[in-house]
Amino acid sequence: MLQSAAFYILAGIAAISALMVVSARNPVHAVLFLILTFFSAAGLFVLLGAEFLAMILVIVYVGAVAVLFLFVVMMLDVNFVALKQGFLDYLPLGGLIGLILIGELTLVGWSWADHRYTGATLASPTPEGVSNIAALGAVIYTDYAFFFITAGLVLLVAMIGAIVLTLRHREGVKRQNIHAQVNRTRDEAIEVVTLKSGEGIG
Amino acid sequence: MLEIGLGHYLTLGAILFTTGVFGIFVNRKNVIILLMSVELILLAVNINMVAFSAHLGDLSGQVFAMFILTVAAAEAAVGLAILVVFFRNRGDIAVEDVNMMKG
Repeated sequence: MLQSAAFYILAGIAAISALMVVSARNPVHAVLFLILTFFSAAGLFVLLGAEFLAMILVIVYVGAVAVLFLFVVMMLDVNFVALKQGFLDYLPLGGLIGLILIGELTLVGWSWADHRYTGATLASPTPEGVSNIAALGAVIYTDYAFFFITAGLVLLVAMIGAIVLTLRHREGVKRQNIHAQVNRTRDEAIEVVTLKSGEGIG
Repeated sequence: MLEIGLGHYLTLGAILFTTGVFGIFVNRKNVIILLMSVELILLAVNINMVAFSAHLGDLSGQVFAMFILTVAAAEAAVGLAILVVFFRNRGDIAVEDVNMMKG
């Protein structure tokens, strides 16, 4: 009873805020509604017993991706009202395609037969009496080790790509040249000057 | 109706997926909202993955949801970087007149 109430509340908030993401006039509001959607989805993951993914969703999406979106939205000086023009022009086409899509998904849902799979066919059955994180860790680092390393590689490529794309060299900016600094010798760095008393180096 | 099963989660996934596709069609100009719609679509897929994982008692669904999350984060980072570079060159982010690559 409590579980179903929690599901309906979280699912309702997720669906409504997802609709607000695509229809909000102000993109900052859209990002905030996206954060709300992710929080509700994290709550649903907890309901499903996937606590680790729920935490990852909050940390990665709310903590990194949504903040990145917010940062870019606020950094770009764009007239967002002008970008919203034509929203109503595309509404009939978008609504039609959305209706067709939801109809197709409903048909798939109806025709899908719930085969109760036996444990023998499962790739990695959920072990009993172990917490979700321990069970996931036991399979990620063994059965899925290659995929795990590949995921790290994907993140590395994305990081390098983002840096290469946005890095630019401005002209006329003084930079520290560490190689030149370290390679200075005593001869070029120090000069011994004899001074007469009462006169400056002028 | 009170018992929450696989079908409820799949319905929510379908609703979120459709909302994402709808968002791509109605926000033809704003790339930021387009990227957010893609994130919504990936979230819908993740909900389906985790729902099936819990239903079948198979952990691999959650493992793959984690990898989808990784790819989604990478995609958001690269997409926003491209967006920043595009804004620097054009002074605008309207996708409709992205035709600089046309010969």
